[in-house]
Amino acid sequence: MPLHTFRGGIHPPDRKILSEDCSHEVMPPPLRAVVFLSQHIGRDAQSVLEPGQEVKTGELIAKHSGVISAPIHSPVTGKLLEITKVFHPVHQKPMEAWVIERTSEDVIDQMEPMNAFDQFPKEVLYQRILEAGIVGMGGAAFPAHAKYIEAMKKPIEYLMINAAECEPYLTTDYRMMLEFPHEIIQGIRILLRVLGAKKALIGVEDNKPKAIEEMKKATNSDPSIEVKVLRTKYPQGAEKQLIKALLNREVPVGSFPFSVGAIVHNVATCIAIARAVVDGTPLYERGMTFTGEGVNTPKNLIVRIGTPIQDVIDFAGGWKGELSKVIMGGPMMGIALPSTEIPVMKGTSGILLLEPSQKSPLAEQSCINCGYCIHACPMGLLPNELAKLAKNRKYDQAVELGLMNCCECGSCAYQCPSKIEHVKHFKLAKKVYQTLKGGK
Amino acid sequence: MPKLIVSPAPHLRRNDSVRKVMIDVLLALLPATLWSIWNFGHRALILCILGVVGAELIELFIMRVLRKRTDFISDGSAAVTGLLLALNVSSTLPWYLLLLGLFFALGVGKHVYGGLGHNPFNPALVGRVFLMISFPIEMTRFEIPRAWALGEAVTGASPAQWEGIYTGATPLGLLQGGGFERASNQFSYGDLFFGNIGGSLGEISALMLLIGCVYLIIRMRIKLLVPISYIGSVLLMTSVFFGMDGTQFGSPLFHILSGGLMLGALYMATDMVTSPSSMKGQLIFGIGCGIVTVLIRLFSGMPEGVSYSILIMNAFKPIIDRYTRPRILGQQRIKPKEVRSNG
Repeated sequence: MPLHTFRGGIHPPDRKILSEDCSHEVMPPPLRAVVFLSQHIGRDAQSVLEPGQEVKTGELIAKHSGVISAPIHSPVTGKLLEITKVFHPVHQKPMEAWVIERTSEDVIDQMEPMNAFDQFPKEVLYQRILEAGIVGMGGAAFPAHAKYIEAMKKPIEYLMINAAECEPYLTTDYRMMLEFPHEIIQGIRILLRVLGAKKALIGVEDNKPKAIEEMKKATNSDPSIEVKVLRTKYPQGAEKQLIKALLNREVPVGSFPFSVGAIVHNVATCIAIARAVVDGTPLYERGMTFTGEGVNTPKNLIVRIGTPIQDVIDFAGGWKGELSKVIMGGPMMGIALPSTEIPVMKGTSGILLLEPSQKSPLAEQSCINCGYCIHACPMGLLPNELAKLAKNRKYDQAVELGLMNCCECGSCAYQCPSKIEHVKHFKLAKKVYQTLKGGK
Repeated sequence: MPKLIVSPAPHLRRNDSVRKVMIDVLLALLPATLWSIWNFGHRALILCILGVVGAELIELFIMRVLRKRTDFISDGSAAVTGLLLALNVSSTLPWYLLLLGLFFALGVGKHVYGGLGHNPFNPALVGRVFLMISFPIEMTRFEIPRAWALGEAVTGASPAQWEGIYTGATPLGLLQGGGFERASNQFSYGDLFFGNIGGSLGEISALMLLIGCVYLIIRMRIKLLVPISYIGSVLLMTSVFFGMDGTQFGSPLFHILSGGLMLGALYMATDMVTSPSSMKGQLIFGIGCGIVTVLIRLFSGMPEGVSYSILIMNAFKPIIDRYTRPRILGQQRIKPKEVRSNG
């Protein structure tokens, strides 16, 4: 049977070998945690405490505001020092963050465990996922509960679990599947109940045979959960590409997966949901990969949200040679950090240290219309034309050509022999266009 | 703490460059170049070297002196244009005319539009057509293959005698002048395929061009549907005409193996800058080239029309691109009516 896949995409070297055999190590909580009030897409959380107050690990420190928002919990047991402004890598500007000093060992402020989650009505489970501050942990950090609002009114058909981990280097999702397969399945069962979905599909790329085997074993031949093998190709883990590959359905332009009867979650999110519901633990730590040619010992770590990246680097054994680039996330969509004082966030799936030889290439050259970007684009766009329009500030025309559909996966720029920075131009063009149109 | 580099994603890039693309094209042309040197001797050697080196020097001059880009470093595209132009002329062309052609190709064909990537027409073909129109005699006096082997026998021959011995008609020239029977008597399909015929340096051997093309396919440097649809449409059209009148029109195989079709279809029509990128666009472009080529070959005063057909289709590239945009994932095919009603 042919493997499931989508149109377009690229085959970057995956370099997962660096860290794929490293089990998750638990990193001790930091002495000083810095927790952004903006941890996710949507409205920032609002602080509910005052400086000087004592907090327990897992205690609510900021509540959600609005629908697309999620609450935030303290990652350590200690004292709230102050709200200060720290450079936020996603917003690319200083943003408010709680600085929390750890004063003692963890005293965990747990919610009531719901071991028998299938005894609880779906509204209760939904409320728990909301209160635990669960966001999409694949990188985009979309508040999880906000995805279910439509599904709460009208059941959806499919719950799709993204276990593709198509970003090169990263192995945390892969290790999670080997180490915590039962929690993933538990999370899936909770979600099936919340969403009223009949079927869950777990999509794993065919370069992870061990994970496929583990997940198949863990489903315990439950007919409602099926493991599907995907062809290894970037960006297979992108929502729309996963749905196209597994269901052969296309999410209409400008719409969301629920419009084709599906909701997509990452494996790490399933684990967070299982812990929130079954153990009553809110989201204050996550798995991430610490890797790259520039690190001494690549690792997979369980890290508290708010741990400064410098602490992670020190704990994991530092870097070798000359350090030139620190990336938060994967190499394709991750963000290059200006400083290692920036803390881990709910969406941080990896820290990547690169060597000087891997820094970004030369100046942009003219487009030679080779068409590589067009064949690489998973959305069926014309990155060459869009880049020309964006550079010439013809934003309206770029939007007409479908700029807003760009998922910023970077496949076009990866392929480009002229070293054109498509993604940079597109991000800027989108922002300018939205600003000009009076949006946010 | 070392200073960190902050640059936009993606942080991984394929190890590729414009220069690598151009070097691949040069390598792909190598078999045809060597074959031309074997057949036309030192004249071919000089023209090919002059083409590559001369073009690079001219581009350097244009960029650094005329366009004042003091940081200009060659990307190899001028060398491709230069070699293609050299392979598109007769071995008897004086070297200074090739140089003139290069100036025109790079200056008027490329840099007046803004340089690489901005030229609407294939620069090598612009140069070739310029030479063809300005110096038709020099451009169409074709040496017979391996004339150098006759060298000893004719020492002391007058220029007129020299011409009679050393030069000869090309297959397409003969087809136009004397009909298919005469042309096919003089040139077997084997001669055409392997390249034992007169003609422009690089166009004579279909085999050598195909060998290079295999390399381009392996390296994924070719818009493959262009030559397939181009050659396919020539094959189809000439079949129809050959069926109608087998004495006047050449056979389909004769047409695709002679003249500049292979060189044009595989290396000139596929020029990345001047050909469409989408699958559908490549098909339309190739078919257009094929139709124009056959019409010129069969019904005009000229024996050959590959250069003109590609240049004509180059002009249609933007509009082909516009009407063959790929469908965006999740976008419904909109019927023309709906577009109108939406204003």
